[in-house]
Amino acid sequence: MADNGPSALQRFNNGIGPENPVFRQILGLCPTLAVTNTVSGALTMAAAVAFVLICSNVLISLLRLQLKPHLRILVFTLTIAAFVTIADRVLAAYLYSMSRLLGPYVPLIIVNCIIIARCEVCAAKQGLMPALGDAIGQATGNAAALLAISSVREILGSGKWFGFTLYQSPVHISWLGQGTPFWESWSIMILPPGAFLTLGLLLGLVNWAVAKRKAA
Amino acid sequence: MDYLTTILLMAITTALINNMVFHFFVGNCPFIGVSRRLDAAFGMGAAVTAVTTVAGLLSWAVTYYILAPNKIGGQVLSAPLTHAVVQLFRPGYDGVVDLSILSYAVYIFLIAWAVQLVEMYIRKFFPPLYKAFGVYLPLITTNCVILFTCLEIMRHASATSGAEQWGLDKTLIFAFFAGVGFLIAIVIMAGIREELDKADIPKALRGPGITMVLAGILSMAFMGFAGVDRGLEKALHPPAKETAWIVALPTTQPAQGPQGQAPTSAGAPRQ
Repeated sequence: MADNGPSALQRFNNGIGPENPVFRQILGLCPTLAVTNTVSGALTMAAAVAFVLICSNVLISLLRLQLKPHLRILVFTLTIAAFVTIADRVLAAYLYSMSRLLGPYVPLIIVNCIIIARCEVCAAKQGLMPALGDAIGQATGNAAALLAISSVREILGSGKWFGFTLYQSPVHISWLGQGTPFWESWSIMILPPGAFLTLGLLLGLVNWAVAKRKAA
Repeated sequence: MDYLTTILLMAITTALINNMVFHFFVGNCPFIGVSRRLDAAFGMGAAVTAVTTVAGLLSWAVTYYILAPNKIGGQVLSAPLTHAVVQLFRPGYDGVVDLSILSYAVYIFLIAWAVQLVEMYIRKFFPPLYKAFGVYLPLITTNCVILFTCLEIMRHASATSGAEQWGLDKTLIFAFFAGVGFLIAIVIMAGIREELDKADIPKALRGPGITMVLAGILSMAFMGFAGVDRGLEKALHPPAKETAWIVALPTTQPAQGPQGQAPTSAGAPRQ
C-alpha cells in the first residue's frame, strides 16, 4: 500500500499545532463550550473524545478498501455511535457523578464534526499508522484546547483550578482598606455567556499569535 | 394549571429560556457556518425546525414502543412491541427487556430517515422552497440540535428514567419549539453579522472569533428571559386572594434558580 499522504508524524504534529481542531478548524464546538466550566469535566470529555476518535479512526482505516462511496458517511456514523455507546456506559459505570455532570454531551460526541472530519480526510484514505498518528494528534490538540478554555473559565469564574481552591472570593488586600474587595470572581464565566466570550477571545489571541509568527 | 397553560409555558421555556444555542450550546456548527446571510440563515432554521419535529415524533414512538421499559401501575415492564415479540418466541417470559443500549445508533438512523422524509416531501410539494434550501437539508443529518432533542425526548419517553413522563403532545411541542429556538438564534445572529461586514473589526477577531463574542453577549441577553415562565404563570393563574373567611393554604413551591432548570420546568407538575 503506497500512501500518498502525510506521514504519521506529520499528521500528529498537524493535529496539535497548525490544524488544531478547536482553534484552527473551529470544529466540535458543542462539547467545547458546554463542559468547560470545570477543568475536570473538560479533561473527562477530552478523554472520551480521544477514545472514540482513536478507535473509529483505526477501524475506518482498516475498513477503507471495503467502503462504498455513497454509504461512507453512514458507516462512519454507525462506527462512531458504537464507540460512543461504549464510552458512555463506561463513564456511567465508573465515574457516575461525572457522567451526570456531562449529561447529554457524551452522546453528542456522535455528531461531533472533529471525528467525522478526520474519518473523511485521513482514515478513509490512508493506512493504519498515519490514521493512528492523526487521531492521537487531533485528540491531543482537542485536549489542549479544552484545557486552555476550562482553565481560564474555572480560575476566573470560581477561583479554583482542577478543584483546588486558588483564592477565596472576594480577595481583600489590607492597604485597600476594609470593605473594598481587590478582586471578586466573575460568576458570568461559569455560566453560558462566559463560554462564548472565552472561546471568542482565545480564538482572537491564537489568530493574532499566528499572524505575528508569519510576519516575523 | 390547565392544559393550555402547560403547553404555552413549555413552548416559551423551550424556545426562549432554555434556548438551544445560548443555553445548551448545541448547533454551533451551523450557527457559525450558515449565519452570514439572513435568507440562508432563515432557510437553515426552518429546515432544522421541520426535521426536529419529525425526528422527535419518530424517536418518541420508537423509544416508547420498542426501546425503553415502561412503568405501568408501579410495575416495570418491557416496551409494548418488544414485549409482544418476546412473547412470540418465549411464551410466558416475564423478565424486563431493555433495549436502550441501542438508542444512540437507532437515533442516528431515525435522524437520517427524517431528513430524507422531509426532503422528499418538500421536493414534491414546495419546489421553490426545495431550491432555496439547497445544500442545507442534507447537512442537517449531523446536526447536534436534532440529536440533542432526541436524547431529551429519550429521557422523558419512559417513566423509568426518573424524569417526568411526556405523552406525544408534549414531545411534539418540545421538538417543534426546540427548532424554533434555534431559528430565533440563527436569524438574530445573521442580522447582526450582515451589519458586521461594514464594521471595523480587529483582524485577528474576524470571522468566528467575533461571532463567538457576539454569541456571548446574546447569551447574556437571553439570560434575561429566566423567570418569564414564573411570571406568566402568575399572570394567567393569579393566586387566590386571602379573605376573612377563607385562608389560602400556604403553597409549597420550591424556589428555582434562574438558570440550569430542566427544559421541562414549565411542564413539571406543581405540588
